Amino acid sequence: MTAAPVLDVRAVGKVYGAGDAQVRALREVSLSVEHGDFVAIMGASGSGKSTLMNILGCLDVPTSGRYLVDGTDVGRLDERRLAVLRNRKIGFVFQSFNLVPRMSALANVELPLAYGGVAAGVRRARALAALERVGLADRVRHDPNELSGGQQQRVAVARALVTAPSLLLADEPTGNLDTASTADVLSILDGLNDAGRTIVMITHEDDVATHAKRIVRLVDGRIVEDRRQAALDGPPPRLAPAVPR
Amino acid sequence: MNALEVVRFAVRGLAANKMRSALTTLGILIGVAAVILLVAVGEGTSQSIQQNIQRLGSNTLTVSQSFAGGGRGGGMGGQAVPAGGGGGAVARAPQAATGPRTQARELTLDDARALADAAAAPSVKSVSPVVTAASQAATYEGTSHTISQLVGTYPSYFEASNKPVAEGSYFFNDDVLAARKIIVIGRTVAENLFGSVDPLGKRITVAGVPFTVVGVLKESGSSGFQDADDIAVAPLPAVQQSLTGFGSLGQIVVQARSAASVDAAQTEISQILDQRHGITGTATADYRILNQAALQETVSAATATFTVLLGAVAAISLLVGGIGITNIMLVTVTERTREIGIRKAIGAPRGAILGQFLAEATMLSLVGGLLGAAVGVLGAQFTIAGVRPVVVPASIALALGVSVAIGLFFGSYPANRAAKLRPIEALRHE
Ligand SMILES: Nc1ncnc2c1ncn2[C@@H]1O[C@H](COP(=O)(O)OP(=O)(O)O)[C@@H](O)[C@H]1O
Ligand SMILES: [Mg+2]
Repeated sequence: MTAAPVLDVRAVGKVYGAGDAQVRALREVSLSVEHGDFVAIMGASGSGKSTLMNILGCLDVPTSGRYLVDGTDVGRLDERRLAVLRNRKIGFVFQSFNLVPRMSALANVELPLAYGGVAAGVRRARALAALERVGLADRVRHDPNELSGGQQQRVAVARALVTAPSLLLADEPTGNLDTASTADVLSILDGLNDAGRTIVMITHEDDVATHAKRIVRLVDGRIVEDRRQAALDGPPPRLAPAVPR
Repeated sequence: MNALEVVRFAVRGLAANKMRSALTTLGILIGVAAVILLVAVGEGTSQSIQQNIQRLGSNTLTVSQSFAGGGRGGGMGGQAVPAGGGGGAVARAPQAATGPRTQARELTLDDARALADAAAAPSVKSVSPVVTAASQAATYEGTSHTISQLVGTYPSYFEASNKPVAEGSYFFNDDVLAARKIIVIGRTVAENLFGSVDPLGKRITVAGVPFTVVGVLKESGSSGFQDADDIAVAPLPAVQQSLTGFGSLGQIVVQARSAASVDAAQTEISQILDQRHGITGTATADYRILNQAALQETVSAATATFTVLLGAVAAISLLVGGIGITNIMLVTVTERTREIGIRKAIGAPRGAILGQFLAEATMLSLVGGLLGAAVGVLGAQFTIAGVRPVVVPASIALALGVSVAIGLFFGSYPANRAAKLRPIEALRHE
């Protein structure tokens, strides 16, 4: 695994607004994430975590600096290629779930495959497998409003991983969940990382951050701490004792 | 992402707001139905007027007295074809405009005879002097019926005015010379007086005078306001003797030899009558000639304008329906901005979003268009304001095509707005 890093953020800055109302959300942030890593981005509210995450997910563009995914400079991509990149390489999990309303769990999970041009039969099989992986095989026909918050977030995780992206981004995935659902979702993320998936997760809870192999701390749009708490090529720390290797 | 899926997404989107979709569809439905129906009414009116004109006879010129000189009012001699109303087609002589023209002459049998002169009027095939008596009471064995039009004329009238006999026969020149009291009745008269009895050979009384029925006219079909079958035709002197007196003629119906010679015949008639009535130079003629062909042309042009006007009015309602689509699609896009953001975040290309909203708009208008076409065609089966509408197939194709185009056109602005949204902006939308 000495290929290009999955994520390579180079001196990225982000400024919102103009004049007096100008806010510098990110200042010269540089960050590189290797394949198989599990990174927790921490920081106080307003420190720029979501701003960074939106840039990582190619949902927003930085004001300055460069950003590369799998060695590709995102800033050079046109609208169409960006859509393909978001579809194939990145899975995004939001704090507020963001499932498409009035669409069954299965249809929601199938959606990225549909946009990716996967044939209907294959799509269904893969969506069902992803839902099974998050433990929702018995809820595939339910609409989002018929599911609990924890279940919705698990559908969102299934939707993020169904395209087998190299990168899973999660912006406070457990922020709106109770402790039981939080444990469910985190164990799914642990399992995914153990299987080799790269994960970048935002959280402001120390307890949640213990699941990550590496902790990056933001203050006022700057990285003030970058600490590794478990080996890059090992299992995620909270999974290690439970699954002897 | 294939076309079928785009359509499926669109259907799902529309089904989410059934009431709203239904009302938007209704806007297009009304527009399309109105276009089809109003054009059908226009076409129906046009056809019915054309039929009525044709029913008057082909290659026919009708000469009637003109009261264009003014002063005598328009109501006189009500049987005459469009009389009265100052604005005649011919320029008035200056002196004629100042007062009633006392020297105006009536049409006489001698005028008719003069027109029949083959040397002076080579284009004329036949001349039928006509007197008309309106609303004549007729009775047969206790049954009575008011004949709306009793015509006294010559046998050539039947051909010239396009009134073939279905049963029995016409009367002949002998009958005219002998002033025989025989009569050919229209279908309505036959039904009302005789019911199922065979009217041939029966004696009826018209205004107290006995007539023998020798024939029944072929049914000409109802023609809007006036029943063309409520008529009876008898030899000219028989009617003059018993009903109208031997004064002036109501009209002279002249048949030209062919369609091509109608205009020539009209010129010949004018020359003969001008001479006989002493009309010279700029003086206003005291008769008018109604030319069927010219009338038909004028009326065609008028009804075409009428139809276009109706279609235009309907087209406006179609346009309003289209604006309704834009409106509702804009609301939909705004309402679903967040959903658009989600779709983009998981990799929806711009085309897929554009396609989805365009498909929704087009589906609204297409469904509205199809239903509207059905309603329009269905509505055209009923008689509307005395007109039986005639559906013009081209209007259906046009209305449907336009409704789809409206969906695409009026849907493209909101759809484009949706497709252009930046994912993060769309996701931040509350
Ligand atoms: N769309 C925006 N427009 C203007 N300022 C913004 C916008 N989004 C975030 N900010 C500002 O940028 C800073 C960082 O915000 P954010 O990245 O959401 O922080 P976090 O997720 O760590 O709470 C904050 O000061 C916030 O007010
Ligand atoms: Mg945040």
